[in-house]
Amino acid sequence: MKMTGAQALIKSLETQGVEVMFGLPGGAILPVYDPIIGSSIRHILVRHEQGAGHMAEGYAMATGRPGVAIVTSGPGATNVVTPLSNAYMDSTPLVVVSGQVATAAIGTDAFQECDITGVTMGITKHNWLVTDAAEIPRTVAAAFYVATTGRPGPVLIDVPKDVSNALMEWYWPQTVEDLDLPGYRPVTEGDPAQVRRAVELLLAAQRPVIYAGGGVLKSRATDALRELAERTGMPVVTTLMARGAFPDSHPLCLGMPGMHGNYTAVTAMQRADLLVALGARFDDRVTGKVAAFAPEAKVIHVDIDPAELGKVRRPDVAIAGDCNVVLEAMLEALDAAGLGHDERCRWSDVGALPRPGTPAANRPSLSPWWAVLRRWQQEFPLTYHQEPGGLLKPQLVVETLRDLSPDDTIVVGGVGQHQMWASQWWRFDYPYTWINSGGAGTMGFAVPASIGAKVGRPDRTVWAIDGDGCFQMTAQELVTAAAEQIPVKVAILNNAYLGMVRQWQEMFYAERYSEVYLSPDLPDYVKWAEAMGCVGIRAESPEEVTPAIEKANAIDDRPVVVDFRIDAFEKVFPMVPAGASNDDIVVAPQGREAKP
Amino acid sequence: MTGQITQHYILSVLVENKAGVLARVAGLFSRRGFNIYSLAVAPTNDERFSRITIIVDVESAPLEQVVRQLDKLVNVVEISQLDPSDAVERELLLAMVGVSVAERSQLIELVGVFRGEVVNVGLDRLTVMVAGTPETIDNFERLLESYEIIEIQRTGRVALPKLDHSRFSGASAATA
Ligand SMILES: Cc1ncc(C[n+]2csc(CCOP(=O)(O)OP(=O)(O)O)c2C)c(N)n1
Ligand SMILES: [Mg+2]
Repeated sequence: MKMTGAQALIKSLETQGVEVMFGLPGGAILPVYDPIIGSSIRHILVRHEQGAGHMAEGYAMATGRPGVAIVTSGPGATNVVTPLSNAYMDSTPLVVVSGQVATAAIGTDAFQECDITGVTMGITKHNWLVTDAAEIPRTVAAAFYVATTGRPGPVLIDVPKDVSNALMEWYWPQTVEDLDLPGYRPVTEGDPAQVRRAVELLLAAQRPVIYAGGGVLKSRATDALRELAERTGMPVVTTLMARGAFPDSHPLCLGMPGMHGNYTAVTAMQRADLLVALGARFDDRVTGKVAAFAPEAKVIHVDIDPAELGKVRRPDVAIAGDCNVVLEAMLEALDAAGLGHDERCRWSDVGALPRPGTPAANRPSLSPWWAVLRRWQQEFPLTYHQEPGGLLKPQLVVETLRDLSPDDTIVVGGVGQHQMWASQWWRFDYPYTWINSGGAGTMGFAVPASIGAKVGRPDRTVWAIDGDGCFQMTAQELVTAAAEQIPVKVAILNNAYLGMVRQWQEMFYAERYSEVYLSPDLPDYVKWAEAMGCVGIRAESPEEVTPAIEKANAIDDRPVVVDFRIDAFEKVFPMVPAGASNDDIVVAPQGREAKP
Repeated sequence: MTGQITQHYILSVLVENKAGVLARVAGLFSRRGFNIYSLAVAPTNDERFSRITIIVDVESAPLEQVVRQLDKLVNVVEISQLDPSDAVERELLLAMVGVSVAERSQLIELVGVFRGEVVNVGLDRLTVMVAGTPETIDNFERLLESYEIIEIQRTGRVALPKLDHSRFSGASAATA
């Protein structure tokens, strides 16, 4: 069957199972937009290509399927650079198709020419400049294969206009060999000898901690993680990228570690004699000063990316493999050692009950460790203080939002103080319910990512918890949401500041505030929401929070924006100052510290 | 380019012969802060692939990190690490040297000692070539300094593993 490269591109995306793509047309991509008319793929017309990229990310993070964005050459392509970088940092599978000037014009500084494969080389897992229409199906299939296998990540396919217009004979690659990727061999299975050594360390540990990272979610290993924790009685911390990978309500869960993690999660890692790092990368926001991080701990590190093993911290047992596959292998080894499914610990007697006469029966009891952890949890809980009739505290907003919304609500964070309050004060009991920009910290992520998440999971309530600064970066995508009837909800924790930067200036620059003030009512967020076809609501006092949220949750036919006017001086605690040891964690602002 | 590097490793990297591959490899080194001491690229006997020989300064990053990051590049097919003590390394140098009539025969003699060649002769200049181990080339380059050097070019090193005297290669491959 003869067709144009453009038709082949759309047919390839359809064959690949794409149900939705986010994009905005222009000159170089025009041929590809023609066959979108009549395609089974839903196209969502964004207002800015950065929105398209973040929507595709939100879609991917909510569904586990690769997100697809499509943009024109030059500025269209450069507008999607931030989402590509964001997806690269957070290992999100993304396929971006960009138009390019005709092959004959490449290198001539033609109108809207940009070397986008050159620009994105360092922030994509791979990219392709297609120079022959016959290569389109193979390239699309290869792009999806690379984006979704191994450590997932973003890829970009750059398609010159003449290649889109050229005729080709349709085919579809049938096997991985047909993809022409001789250098691409992702690992999945862990080395059995290392798995055995890991289990030996597990059974010998007295103060173990499971350090669960985003890879647990990527590899769909949440059930296996839960099984491992329950069989061994080991506590679990979930990083910012792994919130929801293990239920916050579970008695074995210690919550989030890191710069704004809770005292128990941070200190458990510091005092541990064994860290079981699963799909985590020892990010500086988790480790604090690396040399002082978890000084007594042996490390088992499981990651699908071999380059992560030993990049920051040298592991005692390094296992390159897919988290789920490796965890299943560990569980099998635990079966053999006497810690089978039936030996899972009961909530009341954390510490597990191995079968007598098995290797596990001789393992040290974790009860002393749990006694310490429980004491820390009691002494150093997360705290805030809402003065009745006082200024509205952001934590109260998050807690009320959590209590009034369905348990499986998808929460999408921006970047800043509000992101940390959302992660700290929401209770994540389900996987894939927390979507945020972790590695890159991209302000403006929340609004478009929430739209993508809602497109992927229309059955779920989707709440973006955004900052006033972040909201102003990409709010225009609410026009897209209104036009496409994607009823997301946005809670702006409006503190009239670039709050996180303000917090650092207060704490580390002697309260010299430089360029962080925004204003609470410029813009008027309610009017702005209404102008974009959304419902706008404002809540200024603690008493107004519940009615505002109830009203917002009752709306299901269009997007809602709630402007919560919060106390501008509230800071995020606990905090490990940048570059400091995790031992120097500051639990609460002066005067509010809990006394041991 | 002159001067000994003490701590170095040789990576022999088989890559797909596709547009932009060298930029991907070089870009990886620069963005991860790995230092390249020298780099040589050439096609292989299989037209689908090229071979890049990279001399890595391992003071800048652990070799294992360099190799594992490099291995993630989709166009990188195979990486062989060669320890300098287990490898044969060669490099080629071309030098254009200004010589007076009196100096000319001296220089030709020097090139002869290094088993090099005079590849081009002008009225007051000679272009000479020497191939050899990087140390040999360094020595030759130092000796050239007493002449008027117009231009020197070195190719960067290429390397292959040393052969084992004690067994047939087929057998060693099978047990490797
Ligand atoms: C695109 C981008 N620019 C700058 C920053 C640096 N930055 C981190 S948090 C922050 C403030 C965010 O302000 P806001 O959205 O109001 O959130 P708040 O901290 O007040 O809750 C800034 C400027 C960033 N992360 N991303
Ligand atoms: Mg703010």
